[in-house]
Amino acid sequence: MSRVLTNRLFWPVVVLLALFAVNLVAFPGFFAIEVKNGHLFGSLVDIVRNGAPTLIIAIGMTLVIATRGIDLSVGAICAIAGAISCSIILGSPDPGNVGTVVVAVITALLVALVLGLWNGFLVAVIGVQPIIATLVLMTAGRGIAMLITEGQILTVNSAPFKTLGSGFLFGIPVAVWIAAAIFALAALLTRRTALGLFIESVGINPEASRQAGLRSRGLLFSVYTFSAVCAAIAGLVLTSNQTAADANNTGLFIELDAILAVVIGGTSLAGGRYSSSAPWWARSSSRRS
Amino acid sequence: MAERNAVVELNDISITFPGVKALDSVGFRLFPGEVHSLMGENGAGKSTLIKVLTGVYSPDTGVITVDGERVAFSGPAESQAAGISTVYQEVNLLANLTVAENIMLGREPHRFGVVDWRATRKRAAELLSDLHLDIDPSSLLGDHSLAVQQLVAIARATNVQAKVLILDEPTSSLDADEVAELFRVIRSLKESGVAILFVSHFLDQVYEISDRITVLRNGKLIGEYLTGDLLRIDLVQKMIGKELAVLDDIQSRVQEEQSGATADVPFVSAIGLGRKGAIEPVDLDVYEGEVVGIAGLLGSGRTELARILSGVDRPDSGEIQVEGRGRRFRTPRAALSSRIAYSSENRRAEGIVAELSVRDNLALALQADRGWFRRIPRKRLDELTQSYIETLQIRPANPDILVGNLSGGNQQKVLLARWLAIAPRLLILDEPTRGIDVGAKAEIQKLVANLAENGMSVVFISAELEEVLRLSNRVAIMRDRRMVADLPNRDLTVDDILGVIAEGAGGDESDAPTAERIPS
Amino acid sequence: MLTSPKHGPVVVTLVLLLAIFAIGGLRYRGFLGGQVFLNLFVDNAYLIVLAVGMTFVILTGGIDLSVGAVVALSTMIAASMLQAGWSPGVVIPLILIATSVLGLLVGLMIHVFKVQPFIATLAAMFLARGLCYIISNNSISITDPFFTAFAYTRIPLGGRLSITPSVVVAVLVVIAAVVVLQYTRFGRTVYALGGGEQSGMLMGLAVARTKVLVYIISGFCSGLAGILFTFYTLSGYPLTAIGTELDAIAAVVIGGTLLTGGYGFVLGSVLGVLVLGVIQTIITFEGTLSSWWTRIFIGALLLVFIVLQKLLTARRR
Ligand SMILES: Nc1ncnc2c1ncn2[C@@H]1O[C@H](COP(=O)(O)OP(=O)(O)OP(=O)(O)O)[C@@H](O)[C@H]1O
Ligand SMILES: [Mg+2]
Repeated sequence: MSRVLTNRLFWPVVVLLALFAVNLVAFPGFFAIEVKNGHLFGSLVDIVRNGAPTLIIAIGMTLVIATRGIDLSVGAICAIAGAISCSIILGSPDPGNVGTVVVAVITALLVALVLGLWNGFLVAVIGVQPIIATLVLMTAGRGIAMLITEGQILTVNSAPFKTLGSGFLFGIPVAVWIAAAIFALAALLTRRTALGLFIESVGINPEASRQAGLRSRGLLFSVYTFSAVCAAIAGLVLTSNQTAADANNTGLFIELDAILAVVIGGTSLAGGRYSSSAPWWARSSSRRS
Repeated sequence: MAERNAVVELNDISITFPGVKALDSVGFRLFPGEVHSLMGENGAGKSTLIKVLTGVYSPDTGVITVDGERVAFSGPAESQAAGISTVYQEVNLLANLTVAENIMLGREPHRFGVVDWRATRKRAAELLSDLHLDIDPSSLLGDHSLAVQQLVAIARATNVQAKVLILDEPTSSLDADEVAELFRVIRSLKESGVAILFVSHFLDQVYEISDRITVLRNGKLIGEYLTGDLLRIDLVQKMIGKELAVLDDIQSRVQEEQSGATADVPFVSAIGLGRKGAIEPVDLDVYEGEVVGIAGLLGSGRTELARILSGVDRPDSGEIQVEGRGRRFRTPRAALSSRIAYSSENRRAEGIVAELSVRDNLALALQADRGWFRRIPRKRLDELTQSYIETLQIRPANPDILVGNLSGGNQQKVLLARWLAIAPRLLILDEPTRGIDVGAKAEIQKLVANLAENGMSVVFISAELEEVLRLSNRVAIMRDRRMVADLPNRDLTVDDILGVIAEGAGGDESDAPTAERIPS
Repeated sequence: MLTSPKHGPVVVTLVLLLAIFAIGGLRYRGFLGGQVFLNLFVDNAYLIVLAVGMTFVILTGGIDLSVGAVVALSTMIAASMLQAGWSPGVVIPLILIATSVLGLLVGLMIHVFKVQPFIATLAAMFLARGLCYIISNNSISITDPFFTAFAYTRIPLGGRLSITPSVVVAVLVVIAAVVVLQYTRFGRTVYALGGGEQSGMLMGLAVARTKVLVYIISGFCSGLAGILFTFYTLSGYPLTAIGTELDAIAAVVIGGTLLTGGYGFVLGSVLGVLVLGVIQTIITFEGTLSSWWTRIFIGALLLVFIVLQKLLTARRR
């Protein structure tokens, strides 16, 4: 029993169950899940689907926070990814073409990769405090997104693109599949390789880690890049769900949701110990609906 | 003696941490005007007993009385107010504040309702000069070596008119001279009736200063003895629960193996290696299988030399050669890839990763060497951990425990194990036996001698000159940030070394006396 | 000096700030006027007060995300109570007490229940915004004579220069903070907490009291900043000051305070606010920027600033 009580996930799970219980009393239909047209429908399904972008970002954020950092730029990166993909799709002669959408998505991800490297550069090479380093991109990033959309809201009408945010696969929302895949990838990377150990170690005691021969620079580059790519994927899901890129509002405040999810899930903001499964539990309690 | 009333008395104290019964119904008493040593192996419960007494931990059972009155301190602030002044084992001061503040914080003189900085600095300077410590009170604490920080902590503790002074391994990084100063202070406090609780793993010091000894083993009270009635050999036997294997065999082997250096090219040589503000250019050769001791006083540049050799700091003059080829170590990682490892003297700040398990800490350098992708197979890692836990007697013998929860000496052992695990060709050990108990110390010295026999080179830095002499083939002596002598260890004695240090001349130096420099 | 972790960043910030002024003076006509400089204080008096409170918190190694929302809450309380006919003599103390109590609750949450500061203050942020909406969904304007008088008063400084009473308040707060941080035991304990809470506890310092008190101070400063903000806008609006917490944090960090605590100065934070203010001023002088170029420009200036600051204070290995 004491093992259960001291588990870092104990309280998050309790809170989540309590929230479910409250909902069950307040809204009796809360747990009803129906199958319509072969898809799952119901509040729980909505929660999971709407939570997917936050969850995706939270996975990247978990790693950043474990290195004692923070990434404020994820919201802006969401907006940039959305803006890039929509403007490419709109600019192509055939928005419904799968190839176009693939090009759009890959371009957005590549740009995010560069932005992540940029954050990593500021933190790891220049040595700027993460909150300020990523604040630069948080501020400028939305400007860049607006520059891409020229200040307009870009509405796209592309069936393949729409699938990302609103589609279903085997009865489960595509967004959830994506989140699950990223989660699995992150879990694989941190638990099956030594990355998890290295990240924790750098987060807890950077100087000791350096003397033990860890390449903390490379690690920081990797986590900020991973976080940016996660943010871009989340941005694509959000944009696809709304079928429009809105440079001002896509992913607004999502960094707070994600950070909250990470911290409620038991990762200390002071770096170090983390729990990558935590965001799963924390997610639904963090949604401000 | 026992007729007087004890100023502090602990009865039937028990405390349990997850998985460990750290104290099991222990009693302890402290009389005014005596120095009482608390002895025991690493992890025996000494620091825990102290923390129970000062209110850091509250015991599961037991009674604490101070001046005959039952107390239950809720924290160090309260015990301080009750006249108990403490120097905890690891230096627990604030690197971001000045030396003066670290000494005076919480009891600064006030004037017109605000802190009187001038008076604060003055008082701090007085306390420092009582310890003959010549540093600027307005310098940042973090800029000083661990030894200086330890002295500052002592200055802080002696600042108040305490009736009880607790010193938990205060001498672990001090040189003989500083220890002498400290003992002078302790004696004068004792004269004035202060009760002093002293912890150290140096038996000489314990026998020199204490009137009474209490021995703990595995959290249990073994007994309380008058120092004069207890033979050293019995003390050790009581501490470790068995006879101590003797160290003579190491000594003799080192003497025999005098030749040490067999190859013609040194494994590592430093040529004119220096760094402004740290050390003047230094030449040093280390051959394969050789143990080079570095001796020198506090602030003489021994740690600085080690840090540059191992890529932790960068030199600004000179060159490092590995097997005759010039190398430039910009990071510790670069040095590690030439198989040069450095074990820092400051285990808490630069060594252990407190919130990781023993296993992870042990694997860290090895895993870093393999890269992130090739994880050490779990089975091999477990074997490795288990073997080091056994060889170095890491207690509790649980690979999953967080290193931060180990006792100080056991943390040091984990750090050592981390470096031994990567099988370096040159291992630079900076105070590797700091805070380690007699039994484990012998074990570690034997291990180092064995490894050297098998071809590993070692640079061995320690404030304990006997230890340096016992292990080294050669001894390099540093003074005032330069190397003043490099002597083969043939019938060298501690007094020889002290003599060289005092003269500051090794022959090649000009004999003009160098001005005493204040380490800054 | 430059490479000491203590003073380096502050000195560099000052130098860079002067450099920006020089460049602005070369590039724009009228940039070097005294009033342009004074307006930095006039426009940012509330931010200075916020940054002062934030400095206390960050020095202990904590963070306060609630300040923006608390500013909004203060404007709402002020506007609605004044509208209901309460006298400013009641309203202002009430706001200061209410926000200090909120700070106290946050502090207790952090110290007693060991909630991470990020979470505790985020909760306070949601609470404060929520209370704003309970008061009203809409903007409430303020017509109270004291408030309007305060808003329109200018204190002449000779020549054609003038400042507002809010600037005086802000300056007083800064002075008080400097004295408290440098010359009182509480202030030094704030630094001690940032240097190491465990060590501070073992040294017998008043860790608990200090930790709670910094959040009370931050709450108080947020309330005061909110009042100054109402003097500036003469209205209460639930959505006002969104993101202001980030401005305050940025100002503190730009001013050389380490987010991990222990190092930093209030005057550095003031410089930080001025840096943010100058960037805004440059934007206004630039005049023709579209809204997106404005953001990019702010980001770029911030970047140039922090990179220069970092390079100038770099310590060698
Ligand atoms: N905070 C803690 N949490 C869990 N276990 C602890 C904690 N503090 C101490 N212990 C355990 O209690 C035991 C006694 O530790 P203590 O630090 O008192 O030893 P010690 O006698 O001071 O040893 P050393 O000579 O190495 O300093 C050890 O087994 C240690 O692992
Ligand atoms: Mg101990």
